[in-house]
Amino acid sequence: MIPINNIARRRVLRGMFGGAAVSVGLPFLDCFLNNNGAALANGQEMPVCFGTWFQGLGFSQGFWEPKTLGANYEFGPHLKALAPYRDKINIFTGMKVFLDGHPLQVHRPGPQAAFQGGIPTGAEPPSIDQLIADVIGTRARYRSIEVSCHGSAASFSRRSAGSINPSETSPVALYTRIFGPDFRDPNAAEFTPDPEVMVRRSVLSVITDERNALSTTLGAADRARMDEYFTSLRELEQQLELQLQKPAPLAACTVPNKPDEITTGTVIDDALQTNKLFSGLLAHALACGQTNVINVEFGGTASDLRKPGNPQTFHIYSHEEAIDPQLGYQPTVAWFQQQCVDGFATTLKALDSIREGDGTLLDRVLLYYSTDHGVARVHGLDNMPMMTAGRAGNRLKTGMHLQANADTVTRVGLTLQQAYGVPVSAWGSESNRTSKPFTELLA
Amino acid sequence: MLTRFTGNRLVGGVALAAGVALAAMSSISVAYAAEQAAASGVKDVAPAMRRISSDQYTNIVAAVFGPTIKVGGRFEPDIREGGLFAVGASKVSVSATGIEQYHALARSVAAQVVDDRRRDTLIPCRPASTKAADDMCARQFLAKTGRLLYRRPLTNAELEARVAAAGASATKLGNFYAGLQASLTAMLVSPQFLFRHVALEADPAHPGGMRMDGYTKAAQLSFFLWDSAPDIELLNAAENGDLHTRKGLEKQVDRLLASRKLETGVRALFEDMLRFDEFSTLAKDTAIYPKFTIQAVADAREQTLRTIVDHLLVRRGDYRDLYTTRHTFLTPTLGTIYAVPVADDPLSANGTADAWTPYEFAANDPRGVGIISQVGFLALHSHPGRSSPTLRGKALREVVLCQRVPDPPGDVNFTLVQNTSDKVHRTARERLGAHATEPMCSGCHKLTDPMGYALESFDSDGAFRSTENGAKIDTTGVLDGIAFADAPGLGRAVHDNPQTVSCLVDRVYAYGAGRPIAKAEREQTQALAKDFAKDGYRLPDLLRHVATSDAFYRVAP
Repeated sequence: MIPINNIARRRVLRGMFGGAAVSVGLPFLDCFLNNNGAALANGQEMPVCFGTWFQGLGFSQGFWEPKTLGANYEFGPHLKALAPYRDKINIFTGMKVFLDGHPLQVHRPGPQAAFQGGIPTGAEPPSIDQLIADVIGTRARYRSIEVSCHGSAASFSRRSAGSINPSETSPVALYTRIFGPDFRDPNAAEFTPDPEVMVRRSVLSVITDERNALSTTLGAADRARMDEYFTSLRELEQQLELQLQKPAPLAACTVPNKPDEITTGTVIDDALQTNKLFSGLLAHALACGQTNVINVEFGGTASDLRKPGNPQTFHIYSHEEAIDPQLGYQPTVAWFQQQCVDGFATTLKALDSIREGDGTLLDRVLLYYSTDHGVARVHGLDNMPMMTAGRAGNRLKTGMHLQANADTVTRVGLTLQQAYGVPVSAWGSESNRTSKPFTELLA
Repeated sequence: MLTRFTGNRLVGGVALAAGVALAAMSSISVAYAAEQAAASGVKDVAPAMRRISSDQYTNIVAAVFGPTIKVGGRFEPDIREGGLFAVGASKVSVSATGIEQYHALARSVAAQVVDDRRRDTLIPCRPASTKAADDMCARQFLAKTGRLLYRRPLTNAELEARVAAAGASATKLGNFYAGLQASLTAMLVSPQFLFRHVALEADPAHPGGMRMDGYTKAAQLSFFLWDSAPDIELLNAAENGDLHTRKGLEKQVDRLLASRKLETGVRALFEDMLRFDEFSTLAKDTAIYPKFTIQAVADAREQTLRTIVDHLLVRRGDYRDLYTTRHTFLTPTLGTIYAVPVADDPLSANGTADAWTPYEFAANDPRGVGIISQVGFLALHSHPGRSSPTLRGKALREVVLCQRVPDPPGDVNFTLVQNTSDKVHRTARERLGAHATEPMCSGCHKLTDPMGYALESFDSDGAFRSTENGAKIDTTGVLDGIAFADAPGLGRAVHDNPQTVSCLVDRVYAYGAGRPIAKAEREQTQALAKDFAKDGYRLPDLLRHVATSDAFYRVAP
């Protein structure tokens, strides 16, 4: 994607260094957009976006997999809620996580392999959302936004073990962060750079100017940590710089209503409601160009979601509930799983209901779905449920069921990185390392 | 020898053992020195720079700007290593989302410092005009505040850069205080504030060796004992070189130990060691445990901390007695869980907090004996809907005895253990007993369960019970060969276990040093353990021994 803001930015910065706040009169929207709003008027692509969506404890084996391969598949009975989005969803079966003799730290290897390419043995590698954000996230106000729907600030998004992006747990807090006083509406007729933001940005140079003096006195490990700090600081500076620029108008951008305070936590109804509010806010954030990368954790690993008035968690049920011989699955576990599927469908609906030209926001977004176990009951790591939802700006063919023969889950992650232009030919560690993307999906 | 004169302080005078020539720099870290030393064959272990914790951030802001400044917002998640956040702090950095949060916090703190109500107290001068820059006044404020926030004087270059930033911002915004606010914000986001750096200098007592410089020593001491940055008196002692003399160091250690802030430090130590951060996500289903409300969670945490502070600091008690003491504090909320009457103190019935009342459980009462029989420990290490001998035993091994219990193997069928409506195996002991007959499971369960069974007389919310599913609970158990009949017996076994003491000594040392104990330091910690025993296991004496030991400040352990 071409950085569409450069010219405007230089103009604004010149104005800023001239010492006075600059008021920039803006052309009308249709000068910037083509007829249908699907691309900017100069023919440049709308930004392509990426996200992850995580739920713990997977699906009931035999009840989620499509029966036919390729296009026009039908979801297994437990995934019916996703049917309206089938043509935008790729579903993968037969994917596996290899332990390579590492002790099974239950519930951890699944997300580690899906997001980080394997089970870290030394330094933790960055998560896939950050690798992709390096390519698509740098021109947005927030490089990535993380939310968790079950009350915990945990997150898989990280640069390293020591640099984890914490999740937002409150929709009201997220609203304020994105659409609060510092929000610049890309469609506003007038744009005046805020002198306070200019000051905020410029005083940070006091810190960056001292970087060399500081870093040269440190040992290698501390220097790496200090580099992470300065990478983060640079992102903060870029965030502030973007606030000083006239944002490119985005026809589909509207400011959502401020959500009401709600109870957050592990009760499934609360998680669903939190997810609904987060999904709406994130869809608006993407539509308004505030970020290009989002991470949603619906339930954690070893999910502690539970029914109101019932002390047993989804996780406990996954281990203790007997398989109903008539049904062929654990009924309460399947109920929880379907709540999670409903949650995923809610997120897709939020993205798909924002019209952009002939299509929807979901056409330029892709959500990468993963979980911690194939068979949670026994902490199994075979047949891990994996999906992608959204067309990623047509960088990926969609609507396909792909079956692997016990291949590592990292094949999906490698495929996605290549689709987003991450310069990588192989990804992962030990037996979870692969150089085989799903080439049939790459457009 | 590298020296640079900056203001009134000579920083980073370093003579490297290996005689490595380096370009002039303001200070040198231990890790860097260790690398250089290692390159020349000198074995060295070094503390790394540490990110300050959310509590430390809050404590420093309160100490420097007063307790009325609100510090609200999210902090980066901490990482526990070797059982401690204090050690994990040597591994973490700051993420993109994290710095955004630190920036928001800093803006909020700085805005409060310069607001109309506080500026006259917190800023030591008045600008010539509130609408323009005033470098002299800004310099006065930033030098004074910077010394406290950075735990050392600012170099001239650092100070002038901050004064210039305040001036340019004031000019831009037409407001002196807005300029000061902007510069203070940058100071609070700076890595010099958010990380504790370690600066070294040549150690005259060990020719060719190195030691922490005075300011690093001061910070090591104050974060260890107060969980906060050094105060002015401690910084002055560092500046005067007092901390390098035994007398000067002891004087400061004794002053810090006598301060009321020691309680903050001791609370932080035990919150870290006992993993009390887990309280923030602790919940029970109120349908089964209607008494275990949000207030009960807060009170349970506070009960154990109060017991610890009262026993170890106020009474100067024997550390081991924490596991047998019958003396504690209760609120009416906790009283309903312990099933003992606790009078509501009308004086504090203001609707905000429960009143705390000292309480002594009777000599033959099986409840509330020692901190592992308190609601906090019992509820924290249980499932949301049932107790767990395994989780409680594991926590005892890991938290109190510093032992590591392996993770469970893969592909285990837990159905039998977790079916609480099992008609055949009605108690947890029966269910676990059946499960632990599997050889792959039995190894670890032998480590955890026999001690956890004694706590089975407490439900998941910590309430006392004698039966489960109508069957009488058998609370007999064993810890490292010592058999006991019930929870008080377990408390005595923990009290008498030598690892209870060595674990505390190790944790205290690693907590202060910010790194796991190296093999070469074993002798040091064993000596500390001996002194601890000689002193009657009094925590303040242990803290004093650690804080006054050379090893605590030396580069090579």
